[in-house]
Amino acid sequence: MAKEFDIPVLPTYLEIPELKEGIMDGEGPFKSVQEFQNPLGFPGKKVDNWQQVAIDKIGELKSKYRSVQVFLDSCVKCGACTDKCHYFLGSSDPKNMPVARQDLFRSVYRRHFTFAGKYFPKLVGAKELDDDMLDDWYNYFHQCSQCRRCSVFCPYGIDTAEISMAAREVLDAVGIGQKYCNQILGKALTIGNNLGLPEPALRDTLLDLEEEIEEETGGVAVKYPLDQKGAEILLITPSADFFAEPHIDGLIGYGKVFHQDGVSWTLSSYASEGANFGMFIGSYDVMRKAALRIRKAALDLEVSRVMVGECGHAWRVAYSFWNTLSGVGAGATDEFAQKLQDQLDHRYPQPQHIIEYTHDLIQRGKLAFDKSANDDRTVTFHDSCNVARATNMGGIPDGQFILPRDVIKAVCNNYVDMERSTIKEVTFCCGGGGGLLTDDLMEIRVKGAVPRMQALKVVEKDNGVNTLAAICAICKSQFSKVLPKFDFDPYMIVSVHQLVSEAIIMDKPQTDTDDVTSVETSET
Amino acid sequence: MADILGAEVDEEGFLVDLSDWTKEIAEQMAKDDDVDLSDEHWDVINFLRDYFEEYQIAPAVRVLTKAIAKRMGKDKGNSKYLYTLFPYGPGKQGCRFAGLPKPTGCI
Repeated sequence: MAKEFDIPVLPTYLEIPELKEGIMDGEGPFKSVQEFQNPLGFPGKKVDNWQQVAIDKIGELKSKYRSVQVFLDSCVKCGACTDKCHYFLGSSDPKNMPVARQDLFRSVYRRHFTFAGKYFPKLVGAKELDDDMLDDWYNYFHQCSQCRRCSVFCPYGIDTAEISMAAREVLDAVGIGQKYCNQILGKALTIGNNLGLPEPALRDTLLDLEEEIEEETGGVAVKYPLDQKGAEILLITPSADFFAEPHIDGLIGYGKVFHQDGVSWTLSSYASEGANFGMFIGSYDVMRKAALRIRKAALDLEVSRVMVGECGHAWRVAYSFWNTLSGVGAGATDEFAQKLQDQLDHRYPQPQHIIEYTHDLIQRGKLAFDKSANDDRTVTFHDSCNVARATNMGGIPDGQFILPRDVIKAVCNNYVDMERSTIKEVTFCCGGGGGLLTDDLMEIRVKGAVPRMQALKVVEKDNGVNTLAAICAICKSQFSKVLPKFDFDPYMIVSVHQLVSEAIIMDKPQTDTDDVTSVETSET
Repeated sequence: MADILGAEVDEEGFLVDLSDWTKEIAEQMAKDDDVDLSDEHWDVINFLRDYFEEYQIAPAVRVLTKAIAKRMGKDKGNSKYLYTLFPYGPGKQGCRFAGLPKPTGCI
């Protein structure tokens, strides 16, 4: 069982804590086993010559990713990042200062790849990669959610997330993987989603949902098409949207918006996952494999648009990497990527975020709302780290901050922002991102939530905020778990599209879907 | 590896071999968590097991709450009620008692 720990008391103001060395020492999250390691191409257990394998891997990464080497070389220890990490602020462990976290990697890099480190290691803080160091890597690189808040403040733009990804890649290479991420990736690459939800279960879950909406709306037949060949839009959304609360109420919102627009759309049972944990473990190969499932689904279903649901790092992967990974967007040069680029309708953003889509419909007056349906709520918005610091929406500067707020304000009368230094480009992570959303990391998840919880407490007191909206599956699950630890209602966390769902006026006549055909063979 | 009544469980207390499950194991797991298994608990556990047998996965929360509403009445068809039965969550604690694997993902 997880070790006991004290729930932190929220401070009135966020202050730099007194250091408590070693408070977060430990063995890190549960380790992966052979069954989950091998399918991803990683050794099943710590290899005998692990030091050599690790050093070789570091050498490979520094050549492959110039950024990693630049980040390792350019730190001047100015200290600007030290108090910017939510895990440091919440845990007081100095090894959770971004510079200290980087230095776990940097000191080894110096020892083996710099002249000074090879000959005068003590002078330049170069260290050997021994068992203790490796344990520290595993522990502290799984106390980083790769949220990149620290990099906003670094005068050199050093991205700790990239170092943390590199470290996890080295760990996987020597056979020490994290159970949570690698087990999930196995399911995503074989079944098509992180949950391991097979097609029949997904189909029945969606049918159930259609029934529920029809009941709730008094007969509006909102559909959740699965594997509809020839549909215009393929929606790629985190599988938590099918499975968990509050996520599913967001999925209901997407369906209602599609219904009102009258557009044809579909989900894919082959690529039923937006989240791509390949990014968390730093593996380009695994990330690409997950992305290629989406390409195959888009090609097979002959869609002309690919859209992404409410998932933070899915949008980062889609917005920043899909173009060269898979050809959604432009840039990839292989045959299938080019085929997909030809197939997609470039009058629309490819890929497009569901928020961009709903926002556009609102702008064009295609949706009507009864905002009073949300009058029992005073809402604030949590910017999710990957959306905030790695993407854009709407093609306008700061669109990723403007569009979600515009959508919320179009469907709610009462909206307030949290304190400026905790939102937008300097938003605090929910505490559960980057592959940390697992029960065995509950202590760091709760402590890392402190800065966000503190900002929320202020708007709760001052403005009566009772609803926290987000557009990331991880944020939603993390908040459901940690809110009650800080005396909030766990049900105050909602999807942005849940707010849309509650206010939208469903007045569109039933649409004709004759132009799409199902690729599913009839049940035998 | 730890075990419960001789059946191997993983570090989170889930059965390693799902076919090892017996009612006695469920009762022992509940006892270890200070939960007294009532008829309502068993109704949920049985539903979880039936659903898993058909679909090889635990039901989505909404599927479960709808099924519970049908069996026990509308006022009980919500996750708040399920949390009163299974304080650590119907997905994680309920599935463990029922001998299902732990649901994984962004949940």
